Amino acid sequence: MIAVDERAERIAHDFPILARRTSRGKRLAFLDSAASSQKPRAVLDALVNFYERDYANIHRGVYELAERATNAFEGAREKVAGFINAEPAEIVWTRNTTEAINLVSFSWGMQNLRPGDAILTSQLEHHSNLVPWQLLAAKTGAELRFIEVDEFGIHRLDDLDRKLEGVKLVAVSHVSNSLGTILPLAEIVPRAHAAGAVVLVDAAQSVPHMEVDVRALDVDFLAASGHKMCGPTGIGFLYGKRALLEAMPPFLTGGDMIKSVGYEQTTFNEIPWKFEAGTSNIADAVALGAAVDYLQEIGMGWIRDHERSLTAYALERLRELEPRGLAVYGPPAGTERGGIISFNFGDIHAHDLASLLDVEGVAVRAGHHCTMPLMEKMGWPATARASFYLYNTEEDVEQLISALHKAAQIFKLA
Amino acid sequence: MEDFYKEYILDHYRNPRNFGHLERVDASAEDLNPLCGDKIKFELEIEDGRVKDVRFSGKGCAISQASASMLTEEIKGQKLEDVARLPISKVLENIGIGISPTRMKCATLGLKVLKSAALGEIAGWPDEDVTGTTASRP
Ligand SMILES: Cc1ncc(COP(=O)(O)O)c(C=O)c1O
Repeated sequence: MIAVDERAERIAHDFPILARRTSRGKRLAFLDSAASSQKPRAVLDALVNFYERDYANIHRGVYELAERATNAFEGAREKVAGFINAEPAEIVWTRNTTEAINLVSFSWGMQNLRPGDAILTSQLEHHSNLVPWQLLAAKTGAELRFIEVDEFGIHRLDDLDRKLEGVKLVAVSHVSNSLGTILPLAEIVPRAHAAGAVVLVDAAQSVPHMEVDVRALDVDFLAASGHKMCGPTGIGFLYGKRALLEAMPPFLTGGDMIKSVGYEQTTFNEIPWKFEAGTSNIADAVALGAAVDYLQEIGMGWIRDHERSLTAYALERLRELEPRGLAVYGPPAGTERGGIISFNFGDIHAHDLASLLDVEGVAVRAGHHCTMPLMEKMGWPATARASFYLYNTEEDVEQLISALHKAAQIFKLA
Repeated sequence: MEDFYKEYILDHYRNPRNFGHLERVDASAEDLNPLCGDKIKFELEIEDGRVKDVRFSGKGCAISQASASMLTEEIKGQKLEDVARLPISKVLENIGIGISPTRMKCATLGLKVLKSAALGEIAGWPDEDVTGTTASRP
């Protein structure tokens, strides 16, 4: 644990923003990486260097710069593919997880769903893995079903096979952004396939934090966001099995996604470019490649271990506040969970709590975390959420705990 | 941090004034702040164009609840036109602590709801943005 923390402290130095004081002169304890992570110097440098040395539009240029830019852009795709054990052709650049899910919904969904079919998702989903399916169900006449979760936010899988009857698509998140619940994909995917369903995984909260191998998991689609994995905003990706992507119609259309265009007819490009209409977010893709290099250098195994021990430590320290009314949600202590802890404190509303913590330099999120139906089901108007990443240390947890004690004092909790 | 949440804000949060429902409701409105899930409803009893009685209900953060509670104390007996013209500065003054842009919606939710309740009862109110809620960030 101590050695792990020392390494995290060294890692924190790679992130320029973490060295900055808040406007009140406090040390920054950044505990909101589930919303978006901070960026290491290596990624910032890659972005600037690319613009300074290698930038031009890609693919069509014949001059040297265009070639260098194309190589960097496609090289980044190879890095992302290697990161999750896919082929480069199976990686489609998108803006983020949300766009990747919408791509599947509009392209695969409109092509494959008929009235009477069903889509199975869960009660834990982020709005971006729920709203597209609500709309798709409405458009195609398919039924939307839910895997239920218990009071800890753990999926109930006993009736999964019954729920899978008639299901064409299972769309579930790997790690819940509200509660940190980890979905046992190894158990679900084979059962979904046996029922004839295709499986889409919202990996926004897993790919940045643990080793994810799309071949080993045998998932059909997987979506993730660069900005949550040390990369820049505006770039994310969709993984899709080659055969599925090849059979799908394009999503957006226009330049770059074509092979040849006549006035009447167009032949589409091969995958993955068939899905990348218009000039791509070239530089951010390149910088995401640098983020993947950075994460791999540190090691996803180490990152997962670090977050696991830091989360266990935080859960243990939070217990000392239980007598004053602190309630932690999500999987019970001792259960595997991601580095995400949702909580409430006495009668302090989560937003007030987040404001009070902010004064002490502790950045946590408060609200419904884009999971409004889940909050409604659980009966929580809002929760505060602390989430960890590779650069967080025990010192961040200490700062959180002492800020919580101060909040209790201000709100005069017993 | 010590004076960040003033004593009277906590008092209004934990013991909201005029909280609940009216027997006779002449005007009402409700709204929610999607950011934090705060929900507020205002009910007004109106006599001769003035607020005779008022209740609010809902739940949310200390800022939104205290701000609504303080408003209820101020508007009894006021003309509807005056209620509809209450400026945002009024609630900020009531709260008395610096409000960050992200918390502004919490602070002004009660005012927004109260104004729409009052406005609904004023015939032919000029088509201007008296609620002060246009162009706010999501
Ligand atoms: C589980 C999950 N899915 C989807 C998203 C959406 O990600 P993005 O906003 O980058 O599209 C998030 C981000 O908050 C998330 O946590």
